[in-house]
Amino acid sequence: MKRKKIIQFIGFLFLRVCLYTVLAILLILLYDIGKNGGGAISWEFISQPPRRGMTEGGIFPAIMGTFIVTIVTAVLAIPLGMFAAIYLNEYAKQSRLTRLIRLSIRNLSGVPSIVYGLFGVILFVNILKFGTSILSAGLTLGLLTLPWTITSSEEALKTIPNSYREGALALGATQWQAIRTNVLPYAIPGMLTGTVLGLARAAGETAPILFTGAAFYLPFLPKSLSDQFMALPYHLYIMATQHHAIQQVRPLAYGTALVLIVLVLGMNMTAVVIRYRLRRKRRW
Amino acid sequence: MDTQPKIETKNLNFYYGSKQALRNINLVCADRHVTAIIGPSGCGKSTFIRTLNRMNDVIAGTRTEGQILLDGIDINAPAVDVVELRKNVGMVFQKPNPFPKSIFDNVAYGPRINNGKTRSEIEEIVVKSLIKAALWEEVNDRLKENAFALSGGQQQRLCIARALAVEPEVILFDEPCSAIDPIATAKIEDLIIKMKKDYTVVIVTHNMQQAARVSDFTAFMMLGDLIEFDKTERIFTNPANKLTEDYITGRFG
Repeated sequence: MKRKKIIQFIGFLFLRVCLYTVLAILLILLYDIGKNGGGAISWEFISQPPRRGMTEGGIFPAIMGTFIVTIVTAVLAIPLGMFAAIYLNEYAKQSRLTRLIRLSIRNLSGVPSIVYGLFGVILFVNILKFGTSILSAGLTLGLLTLPWTITSSEEALKTIPNSYREGALALGATQWQAIRTNVLPYAIPGMLTGTVLGLARAAGETAPILFTGAAFYLPFLPKSLSDQFMALPYHLYIMATQHHAIQQVRPLAYGTALVLIVLVLGMNMTAVVIRYRLRRKRRW
Repeated sequence: MDTQPKIETKNLNFYYGSKQALRNINLVCADRHVTAIIGPSGCGKSTFIRTLNRMNDVIAGTRTEGQILLDGIDINAPAVDVVELRKNVGMVFQKPNPFPKSIFDNVAYGPRINNGKTRSEIEEIVVKSLIKAALWEEVNDRLKENAFALSGGQQQRLCIARALAVEPEVILFDEPCSAIDPIATAKIEDLIIKMKKDYTVVIVTHNMQQAARVSDFTAFMMLGDLIEFDKTERIFTNPANKLTEDYITGRFG
């Protein structure tokens, strides 16, 4: 009897230590970035372009670049991912082929992002002749996000009880009417949650935009989708590893990291809020 | 018999993949009467009732053989629109399945999707349907409330009102009281008895007393076969088949 309790105590202790370790790593990381980057943050830093070989000034073009490219990503990934998920979950027959497709989609989410980058260069930059541009980079990031969007959208659709579909069909609804009026309204918040998480991940990626559109330094904002752009993760990569005066610009690099983390955190928080509201409203 | 056939099945076979769930069912559901289907779990009674509005279509790998005639027309014929069929043959499910909408919107769901009715026409249908489903008295002051706020029995009557709002001629009940307490069950049984004035009712139930109370005709099924079909009175007082007798006297369940 006593032995059992000791084993349980040790077990719980072990689990707790694991959790605290993970938390500690996260907190140290955030503390380090906050402490070193906090000083760099000023109105000038977030509203001005870099000056003097990026040793002074701000990161405004990078913030805007990341913002715009994320919108392009969303425009591709949200509708395509949602509709693909609707087809897979609601219409497609559950056959070996659909299982294979589903498996492939899950596998795609594990493909290293640099591979997406190379694919983007070939497809968007070279074959489709979009050049190194916001469009190419956004579409590449869109492809990277798609597996997440599809998978999480499908999960959201799965949480809608079948009785909603059958109930609507039994009242003389067509399948699309049943989906549109009695499935999607309840699934969309869940679909959005997963999608926003996917977008947040895309916003922080460097490799896919490296060859497809991100620029080392641009004093101006892009004027159209076929222009190159600066992006926060790429800017951070340059400042941290490629700059000629790495020590001197370190605070700026930390500042960039802080802004990027706040941005991604903000997007994740949005997803959490959507999910929270959904849970409160949901009654099934 | 002074009854007209509404639904007639002829040599009906039904398969889930390679597994046969219904074997050669020949049954007549009389117009404006209540037909009950009883039998032990897994006997195919739910499968049977779901063939009548082609609800099984949504399950992959199912196959129907034989004929199901509604007013003499085969409902599986290519010319038959399944949407029109389901408007004509309503269904109430085992577990109350209100949609997460207001009480009003639940009942208005069918009229709204089916064609361009005006707002006042829809309102009229909703009120009429709630009255017919004996729910109006209890909900008329809170039509805007979410349907989940209702009790289980009320939810089931809401589902009946929702089915009635489409103005069907046939209503199928798939064990409508199995998730509901006895008092709410009694209300629904009263309702079913009243409904046969205007509708043809088919009810699947695992509750033999319920079949005896509400139905005019009873079919006893076992393992996909129709064992006996007759007037309810006869089935419960003087069954022809030994299996029927054993079942209704509770020798197996």
